[in-house]
Amino acid sequence: MSVIEQIQKLKLLLAGLLITLPLSLQAGDVNLPQVPKAKANATEEHGCVTSVKDMRKNHMEYLLHQRDDTIRRGVRTKQYSLAECVECHVTEDTSGEVANFGEDKHFCSSCHNYVAVSIDCFQCHNDKPQGDGTMSSRDMPASHHNMAFNKHSETGATLDNQNSESGK
Amino acid sequence: MSNTNTTDISRRKFLGSAAAATGLTIIPGVMLYEVAQAKPDDMAVTSEVRWGMLIDTRKCSEGCDDCVTACNTENGLTGHDRPETDVQWIRKLKLTDKQTGHVTSLPLMCQHCENPPCVDVCPTGASMKREDGIVLVDRHICIGCRYCMMACPYKARSFAHEVVTDQKVHAPRGKGTVESCTMCVHRVDRDGIPACVEACTKEDHNAMLFGDLNDSNSEISKRLAEFGGKQIRADLGLNTGVRYQGI
Repeated sequence: MSVIEQIQKLKLLLAGLLITLPLSLQAGDVNLPQVPKAKANATEEHGCVTSVKDMRKNHMEYLLHQRDDTIRRGVRTKQYSLAECVECHVTEDTSGEVANFGEDKHFCSSCHNYVAVSIDCFQCHNDKPQGDGTMSSRDMPASHHNMAFNKHSETGATLDNQNSESGK
Repeated sequence: MSNTNTTDISRRKFLGSAAAATGLTIIPGVMLYEVAQAKPDDMAVTSEVRWGMLIDTRKCSEGCDDCVTACNTENGLTGHDRPETDVQWIRKLKLTDKQTGHVTSLPLMCQHCENPPCVDVCPTGASMKREDGIVLVDRHICIGCRYCMMACPYKARSFAHEVVTDQKVHAPRGKGTVESCTMCVHRVDRDGIPACVEACTKEDHNAMLFGDLNDSNSEISKRLAEFGGKQIRADLGLNTGVRYQGI
């Protein structure tokens, strides 16, 4: 087989791939998770307790850090408290029902079901808001940049993410 | 941030004075509990305080289980009508002196030892003592082996055998882990007193007193200094945080 023939075969193969790739992507398509909207506090200005981008990427780190701080050192700040997440994010649907953890309508499971990541938080923690009050404006960060920096200097986590945002 | 702090401090000052006023007015001249030093939410607990309890068994009547009920309600402990396996964080004991027939009734819970055997034996570090002397199970890393239950001389710990739902937000608990009296740590961290002590005081039994053992001016320390207080199984040298009078 000559070199030219080989190149031609390769070209055909690549062309075939280019045609079928979008098809295969479409074939595996599933509905993106419908994440319920938070009750309060989250605004365009400051997002969640930090920016939405940061929370999507690092919420598990914050929760892990907070849980050790709370149970072992008695630190009871609300910013990264799981109970506060549930209080604000787990909401009633139109018929007034609050979804259980595990159902697609539950804030946490809406994404976790989609990415097939099992979490065991709610084997012990309550998965529904108990109306103990969400964070008052007093507890909310004045701006998520400040807050993120304060926290990160302590945790040493994800400085890059915040730096790039603050640098804008 | 500075704004936030200022608000926080003034709020706490207000709460502190409000609590002091309540403590004083229920029974004039007797402080039901001392007003603890306010701890901001973001501050870790320190070994400057050591929380303890003093139980006067002479004021504890047989058949009264107000403290047990209060504990169950506060922490959302529900049973399945199976006394052998249902969780209990505090229980009432009846001691009878066979010679004299004298009956003593007392509540028994985690004694919050200075040298807790449950912490010694825990293979994962889940069983632990906070700086302020409160002994807890970190159920995030508890594997449910129950060595601590074997090691505890007071039989103070329980294993959650059943799936738990609808937990209290301040008292998360679930199947497969060991749990015990937390001295209502969620209340203590916010300058409160344990639910059992509150219930006992509210019903005017006044058999339980909560306070700082390290503070010589606290009511509990004064009473202990004047009248003494026994440890159950003092021979084990555990230096318990819960002391008893009248036994």
